[in-house]
Amino acid sequence: MNKRLTPKIDAACKRDLRQYTIGYVLAMILSLAAFVIVWQGLVAGLTALAVLSVLATVQIVVHFHYFLHIGLEKSHRDDLYLILFTVLIVALMVAGTIWILYDQHSRM
Amino acid sequence: MSAQTDPLYPGMTLEAADRDSHDAAEPVIFGFWIFLMSDLLLFAVLFATYAAMSTHGQADAPGPRELFELGSIFIETMLLLGSTFTFGMASLAMKYDQGAGAVVFWMVVTGLLGAGFLGFEISDFYQFAVIEGAPPQASGFLSSFYALVATHGLHVASALVWMVVMFVQIAVFGLSREVKLRIMRLALFWHMLDVVWVGIFTFVFLFGVVQ
Repeated sequence: MNKRLTPKIDAACKRDLRQYTIGYVLAMILSLAAFVIVWQGLVAGLTALAVLSVLATVQIVVHFHYFLHIGLEKSHRDDLYLILFTVLIVALMVAGTIWILYDQHSRM
Repeated sequence: MSAQTDPLYPGMTLEAADRDSHDAAEPVIFGFWIFLMSDLLLFAVLFATYAAMSTHGQADAPGPRELFELGSIFIETMLLLGSTFTFGMASLAMKYDQGAGAVVFWMVVTGLLGAGFLGFEISDFYQFAVIEGAPPQASGFLSSFYALVATHGLHVASALVWMVVMFVQIAVFGLSREVKLRIMRLALFWHMLDVVWVGIFTFVFLFGVVQ
């Protein structure tokens, strides 16, 4: 891509470019799938919610992997732990809030 | 964590073209990740509030099904996804030393896509609040809807301001180490906003239409 780059760095550049392109195509497919499912009414009710949740979760993982470059490598562990801990806190808060409020609602 | 040749932090590294900046990046990038995660907690609470309100708090106001129009949400999704890819191109141009021109070009494309996203979102809000008679104060569902979606929009708007500030800094300082590190953090912020949008278009708009 650039004359000043050595062949090794040039190869790394192509690899990075490929990563972004793969991520973009995957994210595009997953988003499209979610919208098409709703537009075409392919699945309904609770199944639809489950399928959409899975699609969103996969897409979020794709974004973290290809765009935010979070991986399982040793050097990424600190950040991975930070993210996983945040996911735990988020899950507790969201699930807890929904649980309590739905429970309360069903008693009113 | 110091004596290794692996990237020292996740994200777009500067290893290839600028080893010194690469080493300087580790603490600031990790610190920015901590900010990103606390920001994510803010969104999580707004999501939880919305989840409860969207089913129990509709009162007599229009509900998600009557209100949401998926066409513009789809366009917004594509705009934001495209902008994430173009910011990736800006990061690559910076990493492989292709000059400030290439970096600025891709960031301008990103900024335009982001501005397009905001334009569609504002027009959605106008459509809901003014034309369809569903302003934030009409029901708990609408309050939490505007709070969640507009908080995301506000983040996008502040990222655009940040982008303009970076253009000024590139013009004044060139692609110095500090400027590169700031652009790297902006890139993380921008990619993270797209992650939050995946949650919004799925759990707010698609769920709202399906239910």
